[in-house]
Amino acid sequence: MTTTSERLGLTPSQTVGPYLSIGLTWEDGPYVVPEDTPGSILVTGRVYDGQGQLVTDGLVETWQADPDGRFAHADDPRGAVESQLPGFRGFGRCNTDADGSFRIVTVKPGPLPTPDGDTEAPHLNVSVFARGLLDRVVTRLYFPDEAEANAADPVLNAVDPDRRATLIAEATPDGYHLEIRLQGENETVFFDV
Amino acid sequence: MTESVRTPSGLLLPRYERPLGVHPELLSPEYRSTVLRAPSKPLVLLPHNLTEITGPLLGSDRISETDNDLTRQHDGEPVGQRIIVHGRVLDSDGRPVPDTLLEIWQANASGRYKHVVDDWPGPLDPNFTGVGRTVTDSLGRYRFTTVRPGAYPWKNHHNAWRPAHIHFSLFGRAFTQRLVTQMYFPDDPLHQYDPMLITVRDEKARNRLISRFDMETTEPEWALAYEFDIVLRGSDATPMEDPHDDDDE
Ligand SMILES: [Fe+3]
Repeated sequence: MTTTSERLGLTPSQTVGPYLSIGLTWEDGPYVVPEDTPGSILVTGRVYDGQGQLVTDGLVETWQADPDGRFAHADDPRGAVESQLPGFRGFGRCNTDADGSFRIVTVKPGPLPTPDGDTEAPHLNVSVFARGLLDRVVTRLYFPDEAEANAADPVLNAVDPDRRATLIAEATPDGYHLEIRLQGENETVFFDV
Repeated sequence: MTESVRTPSGLLLPRYERPLGVHPELLSPEYRSTVLRAPSKPLVLLPHNLTEITGPLLGSDRISETDNDLTRQHDGEPVGQRIIVHGRVLDSDGRPVPDTLLEIWQANASGRYKHVVDDWPGPLDPNFTGVGRTVTDSLGRYRFTTVRPGAYPWKNHHNAWRPAHIHFSLFGRAFTQRLVTQMYFPDDPLHQYDPMLITVRDEKARNRLISRFDMETTEPEWALAYEFDIVLRGSDATPMEDPHDDDDE
C-alpha cells in the first residue's frame, strides 16, 4: 500500500505554565523501581535559574534502560525485553519542591550499543519542564563511578570538555545528586533531541 | 528489493524528524519568565540512539473510569459550558499513535485553577478539579468531556490575560516524541495579545494549536464539541517494514 508522502505539520510545544502540578503529579512518579528493590539508588537533584534562584515550580522526568541495558520496547531492534527486575518502569517523574529539589528512586542502567559501534556509558535521559520553558529542556545524567565508560561515551565526547562535568552526578551516601543550572555560570549542557 | 543498510554494529534504529521552525524559541522575551530560564548556550545535537527511540509505554493501567470526563469527578456537576474535546494523535507521516497516554489540566469556567498559587478573584468550583487522563485507541483517537475554561489574568505585563486553553501532555512511543502543549479555542479575541501563543512565530504552526468547532460531534441538549488533532514527530520506517520495491538504484 502506498501512502502519500505529504507530511503533516507538527504540533508546536507550549509551556507547562505555573500550574503543572495539577495535571502531572503522580503519587508513584518518583519510583522507576518499587521502593524496596534490592540495589535501588536515590537520584536527587536541584534546578536553578539564571540568577541562581531555585526553580520550585518545575517537573523533572527521567528515562533509562534497565541494569542489563534493555528496554521493554518493540522499537529496540535487539528485541523488547521485560526487565529481570520486577516492577521496573524505566520512567520517573517528580515535581521540584519548595527547595527546588527532586528525587527519583531507580537502579543504575546498563551500557548501550550504538549504531556506529560505540558504547554509551550508563545514563539517564532527563527532561525539565517549568513555567518559562516553552519546550522541555533535555540533559543527561552520567555516573561519577563510570570513568572509563564515560571516557568512551560518544555523547559526552561530543560535548565541550569544559562543560562535560555538568552532566556527571556526584556520589551521595545513598545514590547520586545532579545540579541542573538552566542558565548562566556552569550552565548545564542541554541537548537538541 | 530490500535495501541493505549497514551500520558498524548492525543496529538499525528509526530516525526521528528534527523539528525546524515549529516550536517556540526558548528565549522569547515577551514571555517574561523565559528570560532567566532559557539556556543561553547552544543546544548540543543528541543522536537518536536506543534511549531516544524508546520511551515509556504508559497505558490504561494509569486510567480510572471518570478520568476522561471532568464533569463527573465530584458529587455535583461543575458550572460552565459543557464541551467534548476530541481528536487524533498522529505522527507527521500521518500514522496514528495508538495506546498512548494523554494528560490534560485546565482552569474552571471562571478561569481559576485549583492550585494554591492561583489566587485571583475568580471563584473556585467545588465540583471541578480540572484534571483529565485518557489513552488513545487503536486509531489514535481520544475524547474528553469537560467544561470550557475561562480566560484568566496573569502578571506577565499590565492587563495580561491568557486566552482560554487546555494544557495537554503526551508521550507518544519514543523519548523524542514527548510533547507538552496547549489547546486554544477558535474565535478567541485574546489570541493576538497572548505572549505564549505568539511565541510560535510561524502562523501555520500557531494555527495548529487552535481547535476546530465541530458541529458534527456536538450532542443535542448536552454539549458543544471541539476537535484538536495532535501531530508528533514521525520517523523513517523501520527497515524490516520498508521494502523499497520501486526505489532500486
Ligand atoms: Fe494555563
